[in-house]
Amino acid sequence: MLKNRIIPCLDVKNGRVVKGINFVDLKDAGDPVEQAKIYSDGGADEICFLDITASNENRDTIYEVVEKTSKKCFVPLTVGGGVRSIDDINKLLNCGADKVSINTAAVQNSKVVEDSSRKFGSQCIVVAIDAKRKDDGWEIFTHGGRNPTGINALQFASKMEKCGAGELLVTSMDKDGTQSGYDIELMQKISSMVNIPVIASGGVGTLEHLVDGIKSGASAVLAASIFHYGTYSVNEAKQYLASKDIPVRI
Amino acid sequence: MDVTIVDYKSGNISSVINSFKEVAKDKVNIEVTSNLNKIKSSDKIVLPGQGSFKSCIDGLSSINGLIDTLSEFALNNKKPLLGICVGLQMFADVGYEEVETKGLGWISGKVSKIDNQNGKYKLPHIGWNQINIVKNSKIFKDIENKAHMYFVHSYEFIPNDNSVTTATTDYASNIVCAVEKENIFGTQFHPEKSDKTGLKIIDNFINL
Repeated sequence: MLKNRIIPCLDVKNGRVVKGINFVDLKDAGDPVEQAKIYSDGGADEICFLDITASNENRDTIYEVVEKTSKKCFVPLTVGGGVRSIDDINKLLNCGADKVSINTAAVQNSKVVEDSSRKFGSQCIVVAIDAKRKDDGWEIFTHGGRNPTGINALQFASKMEKCGAGELLVTSMDKDGTQSGYDIELMQKISSMVNIPVIASGGVGTLEHLVDGIKSGASAVLAASIFHYGTYSVNEAKQYLASKDIPVRI
Repeated sequence: MDVTIVDYKSGNISSVINSFKEVAKDKVNIEVTSNLNKIKSSDKIVLPGQGSFKSCIDGLSSINGLIDTLSEFALNNKKPLLGICVGLQMFADVGYEEVETKGLGWISGKVSKIDNQNGKYKLPHIGWNQINIVKNSKIFKDIENKAHMYFVHSYEFIPNDNSVTTATTDYASNIVCAVEKENIFGTQFHPEKSDKTGLKIIDNFINL
């Protein structure tokens, strides 16, 4: 039986982890490679890096991080943030990323998704959707949530599936950072509409929220802070899900 | 010993290279090449595969003499070869992804889209699933039945003769996820991404 995935996400800036927790056995709390290794040893089903490096001159730092991580972690590695072109995707994959998540570029030019999924295979193309409630629906934003687009999130999700995305990483901007749980309605709507896996993101504060995320129809749940700050370990999260009869890999 | 990972410019093989190097340490030499002479003189071959069936076959065909060299290695010289994901699928006679495409024909069968029961199951089949070991295979030494492996695919290999099947997995139906035919091995899942159990399979292959 296919198991539901738990994906810890690390925010990386200039090659360093932002918001990292100081694990006792960690030599360098800011080292994304060590953090990723702790997650994968703890049973993470995948690792996600979100590169939030702002300046262009430091953009290359992520490549080195990915290269080092892929030599130490043997679970799938997804990398997103600042991915603009086929060339960026190619570079990340060559460094050892297994999947690349695309946000702004997918909105600006859906051909990037079409071309990259054809060139590298759908399995490595994740489209990240940042959505915010507006009127009766959700609007998508680009540039790390800064720019409104006027585009309806559900229509966009459907379009990305047709363009060849292998998965959708759906983040609720209303919920992100609140620790009050996923936007369940958003996850339900998108999961039931598309035939590709959905990864729920944004708002996890408790283990019960992970259960809610899976019950909404998402195939995987992504969380950052609860793992960053050591509130829960990945293994604790999995044990909790298992106790609620949600199939996970233990 | 030389283990060669065939680099035919189709998809991303960094993870395969990293995992084999991790397992091999300094005991075994891991080569990554499309050089025919190096392939011929290797002890073992790894045939990775990402993207579509057609793009992988096109990739192999674009390197002059590569398919013949691989066939000679696997069918005549009977040296061990491991196909991963589309690498396994290409063993078939024919694949139906994008357009009908002729496969290598090493293990009789076809590659078709997983029947997702009218959308009841999402595709691609992505994530960790358990394998049912149906037949003893040399690459499953010390691997427990129901072990978790990482999958990502929308198409499945359907062999004509089920005796080659060494493991299946349940997703929409019973999917063949590992085969062994004499010296030819294949996994639909990704051992290189399946953490310690996956690395054990790679270790088993290297130690054949």
